[in-house]
Amino acid sequence: MKPDIERLYRQMARMRFFEEAQADLWNRGLVPGEMHLGMGEEAVVAGVLDHLREGDALALDHRSTPPLVARGVDLASMLLEVMGEEEGLCGGMGGHMHLFSREHLAGSSGIVGSSAPMGAGFALAAQYLDQGGIAFSFFGDGAANQGLVLESLNLASAWKLPQVFVCKDNSWAITTRTRSVTGGCLARRAASFGMPSFRVDGTRVERVWTAAEKAVRRARAGRGPSFILASCPRMEGHFLGDPLLRVYKEPLKQAVEIGPPLAKAAFSRPLSALARRCGYLGNIGRTIATLGGERYLTAIDPLLRAARLVPEESRARIEEEARSEVAEAVARAMEGRRRHG
Amino acid sequence: MARMTFAQAVDCALETAMAADERIMVMGEDVTMLRRNLYVRFGPRRVRQTPISEAAFLGAGVGAAMAGLRPVVEIMLVDFIAVAYDALLNEASKVNAFSGGKWNVPLVVRAACGGGYGDGGQHQQCLWGMLAGMPGISVVVPSNPADAAGLMLSALECDHPVVFLEHKLLSDYWLDYLGGASRGTVSFDVPAGGAEGEVAKPPQPVPIGKGRVAAEGSDLSVFSLGVSLHRCLEAASSLAAKGIRAEVIDLRSVTPLDRELIADSARKTGRVLVVDEDYMGFGLSGEVAATVAEAGVEAAFARVCCEGVIPFARHLEEEALPNKRRIIAAALDLVSG
Repeated sequence: MKPDIERLYRQMARMRFFEEAQADLWNRGLVPGEMHLGMGEEAVVAGVLDHLREGDALALDHRSTPPLVARGVDLASMLLEVMGEEEGLCGGMGGHMHLFSREHLAGSSGIVGSSAPMGAGFALAAQYLDQGGIAFSFFGDGAANQGLVLESLNLASAWKLPQVFVCKDNSWAITTRTRSVTGGCLARRAASFGMPSFRVDGTRVERVWTAAEKAVRRARAGRGPSFILASCPRMEGHFLGDPLLRVYKEPLKQAVEIGPPLAKAAFSRPLSALARRCGYLGNIGRTIATLGGERYLTAIDPLLRAARLVPEESRARIEEEARSEVAEAVARAMEGRRRHG
Repeated sequence: MARMTFAQAVDCALETAMAADERIMVMGEDVTMLRRNLYVRFGPRRVRQTPISEAAFLGAGVGAAMAGLRPVVEIMLVDFIAVAYDALLNEASKVNAFSGGKWNVPLVVRAACGGGYGDGGQHQQCLWGMLAGMPGISVVVPSNPADAAGLMLSALECDHPVVFLEHKLLSDYWLDYLGGASRGTVSFDVPAGGAEGEVAKPPQPVPIGKGRVAAEGSDLSVFSLGVSLHRCLEAASSLAAKGIRAEVIDLRSVTPLDRELIADSARKTGRVLVVDEDYMGFGLSGEVAATVAEAGVEAAFARVCCEGVIPFARHLEEEALPNKRRIIAAALDLVSG
């Protein structure tokens, strides 16, 4: 089987433009609180969910909008929701971290790792009802160290649940380099629970698609869960306005705020520890530099990579259609917002 | 004395205590960045980054405390403690009793709590009532920088587990991270007296379990803590303009609860209003009512609390959390009734 690249690219473009629209609303102050975008995860989401069938379930994390866009949830109703409007998908009660669509059997959570057991429950119901459905759980590499994720891998394996675990590995757990707090390899860890474990370049949609095809086929055949570890960039930091990215983008402005207390701490008594402290100071600087540097590595932008696989004439058309679909949703959402208040 | 933000005051208390006591160490997710000033001074041995594994590192905090360390375990937001609840409910809170009083758990759990910046019902809960429901654990909720520093010092000196809750509206860095304050297009109702204030240098301990009369009055007693305390003080000024003198009491600790102070004030005014940002049912507000009843004080009672899941939408959230309008309405009801 070969993937339909144009269909995948269309989904990726829809997700990206939707995320850009959310970023714009957030920057304008129309979206309260945090905003975790899934920019950089498009290839993973599109490659996996291209195999979704009606009746399958989605358990999502705090970056839930791209999968919901791919799933076909009304875009304007999601935009209204993240703006806290009554006409939004969840009546303004959920917000972007807690988006639920019952008709799509899709739920999300802001608690790290909780999409794994929720997905196991969706898969248990699917197995029990025996109507051919399966469940997808999306979470990050940081979540892979949560006990409830590890317990769910075991449960799904022991019960042969029709579940696909998708770990979006952006190598960061907020400001922590995941490898500095992770023992062993995540792909091997999942395999040790007795399930196939696929390690793919999550910036290449066609590769994700191929791995997911095997995982989904296995789940539908009743042979149990699989694990997909897909590496991808975190293009907008942990959340919009990520303070560490700001340090990278506006070093002088931020240095005024962050610098003096750090210098004071480094020079506090006893001074004998100064050399060591300068080393710690360097660690913080390095973390910021790495985090910020990745933002600008557009070479690994999954959207650009997928674009190269699409013939020029269809690419322009696909992008144009996706852009106008999102623009139309924004217009509808803003109209709904005005009507309401 | 020095002027400090709430966050600086807590850092200052930790820094003072860590410099004096080698056994104190801090661990939690992203603490290298969140507590970077402590990290630069004390290094990775004492300021330790953890994986997102609350059940493991809070549980490890209990074991480390039993084995002689004095860990400060950070559960970024108190909502996240749910996945690690066993460590508190069945381990930390029980070791002293199970060992016949021979073994203590000098553990401080630090977490941010509270709402008012549009982060929804999984990131803005208070949960101090639920936490305080466990025998063997103290829960403190400072409402200003001086109390924050003082209660942190006392928590670090305590031989039993203490949960230290830091309201996010009082901490600029949390509003920056979670409220997106940097975009400049959103605003929050931050109580000035809570976010910044005078702190003794070096900071002085504030006893755990002792409340404080924040405003004297004789017509009704208003018990509160955290950000709600400031909403009560604002309401009290408006009530004063109507000739109603409200006594506002900052409980500061949920447990041990300052029952004596509660009973004394209730006896004096005969009217009790509890303003609690935590859930209404089975929590602090009911506990205050029980305290008054058990003391044999006859008093009219009302409460303004959070009654359900905290809505995401800002206008719904504002109504769900205790606000000045609701406090004034409840107070007027009590006084006229």
